[in-house]
Amino acid sequence: MTTLTQDLSLFSQAMNLRTQRHQVLASNIANADTPNYKARDFSFENAMQNAMAGSVGGSVSMTTTSGRHLAGSNAGGSAALQYRKETQSAVDGNTVDMDVERSQIAENAMQYQIVSQLISDRIKGMRSALSSTNA
Amino acid sequence: MSLFNVFQVASSAMTAQSMRLNAVASNLANADSVVSADGKPYRAKQVVFEATPMGDNGELSKGVRVRQVVEDAAPPRMVYDPKNPAADEKGYVAFSNVNVVEEMTNMISASRSYQTNVEVMNTAKTMMLRTLQIGQ
Repeated sequence: MTTLTQDLSLFSQAMNLRTQRHQVLASNIANADTPNYKARDFSFENAMQNAMAGSVGGSVSMTTTSGRHLAGSNAGGSAALQYRKETQSAVDGNTVDMDVERSQIAENAMQYQIVSQLISDRIKGMRSALSSTNA
Repeated sequence: MSLFNVFQVASSAMTAQSMRLNAVASNLANADSVVSADGKPYRAKQVVFEATPMGDNGELSKGVRVRQVVEDAAPPRMVYDPKNPAADEKGYVAFSNVNVVEEMTNMISASRSYQTNVEVMNTAKTMMLRTLQIGQ
């Protein structure tokens, strides 16, 4: 069984990435009428896998040459942004498809709430485990 | 908290869209103006949007700003009305070059974009409130 700290760091990483994605999608929607703006996004799955690989016995780990060096984690980075494939080209060179962006932002917000619910449940579980000894 | 950047981005878009709406209002109001402040026929004004980085996240969050307001280059609308004091020697009056249909569609587009940005802001707010409720 994973510890509460491990779980929480995983969840907070997921929340961080969801927040970043929300920013990217909000930028797309804000620039829906900007000429030559290209819509951007990143794959949450890939970013999360990268983050997990970095924090759990990682692919790239920092070398410590002294006992007083901190281990450091690769978990905090931001995701690699990509350009969205355009479905219908616009005259002004803008590639924002409002339907796609709105559905993605709704999905992203829902996933964020799921993660926050999971954190709450995890803490609730720990609380009930703590209180059951007193009963 | 980087969700605050979403507020900045959405509000910049709302400001830009309301400037666009302002230009539309001024164009529609002057659709039948014969002279503007400089003595020449009124020319339709259009805003030019530009993506601009917001907050400290670089590529991640891009807001909008109005780079400039340009005047429509279309020729003035010529109407034959010899009785009009502004008529030229051939009897034509140069009215503003505002295309009312274009302005109406512009207005609808601006108001829809504004609404969508309000929605984005509300979503971000809901997400933040959910974060505050963790563990309760």
